Order: sequence, then structure tokens, then C-alpha cells
Amino acid sequence: MKSASQIAADVRSGQTSAVAELERTLSVISERNDELHVFLHVDSDGARAAAIEIDARIARGETVGPLAGVPIAIKDNLCQVGVPTTCSSKILDGWRPPYNATVIERIVAAGAVPVGKTNLDEFAMGSSTENSAFGPTRNPLDPTRVPGGSSGGSAAAVAADMTSISLGSDTGGSIRQPAALCGLVGVKPTYGLVSRYGLIAFASSLDQVGPFSKTVADSALLLEVLAGHDPRDSTSLPEPAPSLVAHVADGVAGKKIGLVRELFDGADESVVAAVHAAADALREAGAEIVDLSIPELGLTLSAYYLIAPAEASSNLARFDGVRYGLRVDAPDVTAMMEATRTAGFGPEVKRRIMLGTYALSAGYYDAYYGQALKVRTLTIAAFARAYEQVDLLLGATTPSVAFKFGAKTADPMTMYLNDVFTIPTNLAGDPALSVPFGTGEEGLPVGVQLLGPGRSEAQLFAAARVLEIADGRP
Amino acid sequence: MSNAISRDEVAKVARLARLILSDEELDLYTEQLGQILEHARDMNSLDLTDVVATAHPFGLTNVVREDEVQPSLDRDTVLAMAPDAQDDRFAVPSILGEAP
Repeated sequence: MKSASQIAADVRSGQTSAVAELERTLSVISERNDELHVFLHVDSDGARAAAIEIDARIARGETVGPLAGVPIAIKDNLCQVGVPTTCSSKILDGWRPPYNATVIERIVAAGAVPVGKTNLDEFAMGSSTENSAFGPTRNPLDPTRVPGGSSGGSAAAVAADMTSISLGSDTGGSIRQPAALCGLVGVKPTYGLVSRYGLIAFASSLDQVGPFSKTVADSALLLEVLAGHDPRDSTSLPEPAPSLVAHVADGVAGKKIGLVRELFDGADESVVAAVHAAADALREAGAEIVDLSIPELGLTLSAYYLIAPAEASSNLARFDGVRYGLRVDAPDVTAMMEATRTAGFGPEVKRRIMLGTYALSAGYYDAYYGQALKVRTLTIAAFARAYEQVDLLLGATTPSVAFKFGAKTADPMTMYLNDVFTIPTNLAGDPALSVPFGTGEEGLPVGVQLLGPGRSEAQLFAAARVLEIADGRP
Repeated sequence: MSNAISRDEVAKVARLARLILSDEELDLYTEQLGQILEHARDMNSLDLTDVVATAHPFGLTNVVREDEVQPSLDRDTVLAMAPDAQDDRFAVPSILGEAP
């Protein structure tokens, strides 16, 4: 499978065409989608029209963007005009957005060809895609196992060589965790770097859109296209997009990297071994490795599972059968809303809506939501102190390799604990990425996580590239 | 160990959230929400009295722009995706006349 940058180069030079690349993608999708359940909707007609247009522009000698003719998969919580967008929920089944997410406009302007919408845990709430109302996605590396979640479909699309790159969203690890479980690079950018306009909100103070790819360079390329100020998102950072691709080969010589005990303690032996091996590889490339402990990170899981549901309970109030999606008829408007929401939302979404409603309700606000916001303050301060000592942090992405279907569904806490290493950076608003490094049980990939202070993406990609080379992918 | 949330409280929260729960669901969610809230009590291991709450990673400031008319979504396109529309508006079942 060619990288996205290679596809774009070949399309521009005329070695291949956007149409040929798209047809290859559509043929792999038609071979494997029934088995893996990656795409909820394949927009063959729209994608063919876009690919023909790219080829025509090249034939006319026009300038095309850095993703010219590159097929790309889109997580189904991003709005694309006229293309069914469900969030893997029955409450939005059949809805077609009247506007594009800013990230869709940006990738299309860069020449990419969106091929369809990928499966996710309903409203991005979950870590395995088992919460999708339309059935789970299978991990292409071992179809008896989950691909991770919530962006499991977008990860599987790349792992199955359907596309070279895809878009996900990360609220508590929903890009990095499936990237780790599918052997991919996945990036949670600095909060505000990528516009959230047209990303259907789960927890607005935590959500960020980001890339999946097989190579570090492709994630840098895609993030460079996605990033940049957007007046339609009031939380968008004011500055122009950073230069990322140019820094991928910068290396880590002279950098200080903190190996954070709380970011791998309790993980499987093979995962802990991979983290230590990654530290050795970074040291060999000239970085100084510093052992760190950040005890505050131990409380972030509890804080997250109050803050995210609290925001979700408010954001998902808009799904009431009035303006879009499902409506279950009833004699009066309140009964209609209750019937619609009861039929439209799945069990995990209901659980989180109720948890959030409770945490925000009179009498409990201070004890739960208020406490969680204070822990968030401590988390931000703890990371800031760490970044006074070191440039970047290193840990595990997930406690284990990809797990089997049903392994963590007995009770909600078991699944939530799978996010323990990815959640802290969302609370802080800082960037982090997962890069494959070594293997664990059954030869399945292990992801290690690199974290940095706000706007440190270029350094993160440089460090990830060092690990990619050390892991045998020159 | 006392459950962190009672069955009556779960029923009240479901009403607030406009969700209808069966008796079995009430039992299940009472247990599960109790577990999650119990785990959250580990935050009480810290003295947080003097810590300021943070609701947003970088702090929010108001964003303003010039008060100029700009195009908005096309009304017909939006209403075409609504469950019910009448006279260029979203239509809903009766609001007045419900039980007090």
C-alpha cells in the first residue's frame, strides 16, 4: 500500500490518476467491508466525481493540493453535505447534513477524495466500536478482536489498506487507542488547532479531530492540511497552521524526554517492555531520558468520566425529534421527545447522559462536577510542571494489545479503565500521539504514546519518526 | 457499602434527561452509575478546597465579529431533513393542553 504522500506525488506526476487510486480503494472496500464492517456508507458516486475533477484539473495544468487524488475515510461524526451522517446512532439514521465540517472543506481543497463514512461507538462513546447501533467493526489484523474505539472504523480502514489516511476524533483517546490496537500512527492535536465546526459534539472542551495513517510523515501531512484558524469555531486557536512535514526528520538529539510511571504502570508486560524499548531507542538517538512520576494523573479517569458525560448530557439534549433525525410520534411534545430519545439512543449513551445529568444536578454539582473541574486544574498544573523539566513525555497508549469482542463489556468501568493512559492529555488540552512500537500477545501491535505541551506537534512527529525507524520502518 | 446513587435518584435523572426506563433498566443503571460514582470518590482523597475549577483547557473568551449580514443555511434544505415541517417552520405535536 502506497503512502498518501506517494499517491499524491504519483497523481500529480501522471504516473497514476485519482480515478485509478479511487477504484483500487473501492475494490478493497467491496472485498472486505462485509467481513470487517468498516464503512457505514460508501459514497462511490461523490468520490468518483471528485476524482474525475482532480484528474481534469491536472490535465488542464492547474495546481492541485498536497493530498491530490488521495482517497480518505471519514469518521461518521463529521458532517459532509448530502452524505448520510449517523454518529452510529439510530437517532440520526437517514440524516444528511446541510453543511460541511471545516475539516471536510480543508481536505477537499487539498485534493483529497472522501470515500465514505466509517463506523464508531455511538456518539464516540466507547473504546471498541461495540457500542455502534449498527454493529461492531472487526480488527483487520485479527477479526476476532476489536479495532479499538471510538474511531474504530477509521483505524480499520487504514489497517485494511482501504485508504492510506483517515479522519477520527479524540475526546479521551478515541484516535490514539484504535491507532495502537490497529498498528497505526494516530494523533490528538492541541485543543483548538483543528476546527470542531461540523464535528458533532460529544464533550466540547475535550473533542479534537485528528489523523490516522501508517506512517508518521502521512499524519504530519494530513494534520498540516487540517490545522489552522477557523472563525466558525470560537475555540479555534488564532495562529496560522504550523509547519509539520518539514520537521519530521528533525530527530531528538539534545531533547529531554520524561518516562512517566503513571502512563504505563499496570499495563501488560509486553506493553511495559515496548515503552522501555522505546525509551532506549530515543536515548540512542541522542535524547536524555528522565524517569518521572506525576501522581495527579491517577485521578484523571474519575474526573474525565464526570466532565465528559456532563458535557455530553448538555450537547445531546439537541436530539429531541424536532429538527433532524428520528421522531417517534406521541400525542404531545414532551411524550414525543421522551419516546424519540428512548428509542433513538443506545445503552452507553443513555448511561452517560444520565451520569452527566446527575453530576450537574442541584445538590450534586459541587460533589461531582465541581470536584472534577478542580482535578482538571491540578492535571493541567502537573503537566505544566513536567514540561518545565522535559520537552516531551513517553508512556503507553493502552494497557494491552487489541482485545476480544465481549472481553470488556461486563460492566462499564472495565471498558473505561482502558482509557486510563490517554485521558490525561485531553483534560490538559495538550497534544499526544500513538506510534506502533514492537509487538505483544499473538504478535499484535503495541502503541507507545508521546505527549507534549500545547503546540508541540512538530517535536512529537520528530520523536515518533525516530521510533518508526528504530522499529524497522525506514 | 452504601450505593452512591439510589433507584429513585436514577428515576428522577431519567425524567430530567427525557428518557423512559423499564424496571430492569432502572435496576441495571442504579448499579452501574453507582459503580462509576463510587470510583469517582477517589477524588476526595485530595484536599481540593483552595483549588480553582477549570472548565476549559485554555480558558474561554468571547469571540466577536462585525455585525454584518452573512449567508446562513438554506431554509428549504434544512427543513427537508426535519421529521415534520409546516409553513417554513419545524412542526411538533401539541404543546398546550398537556397534563399540568
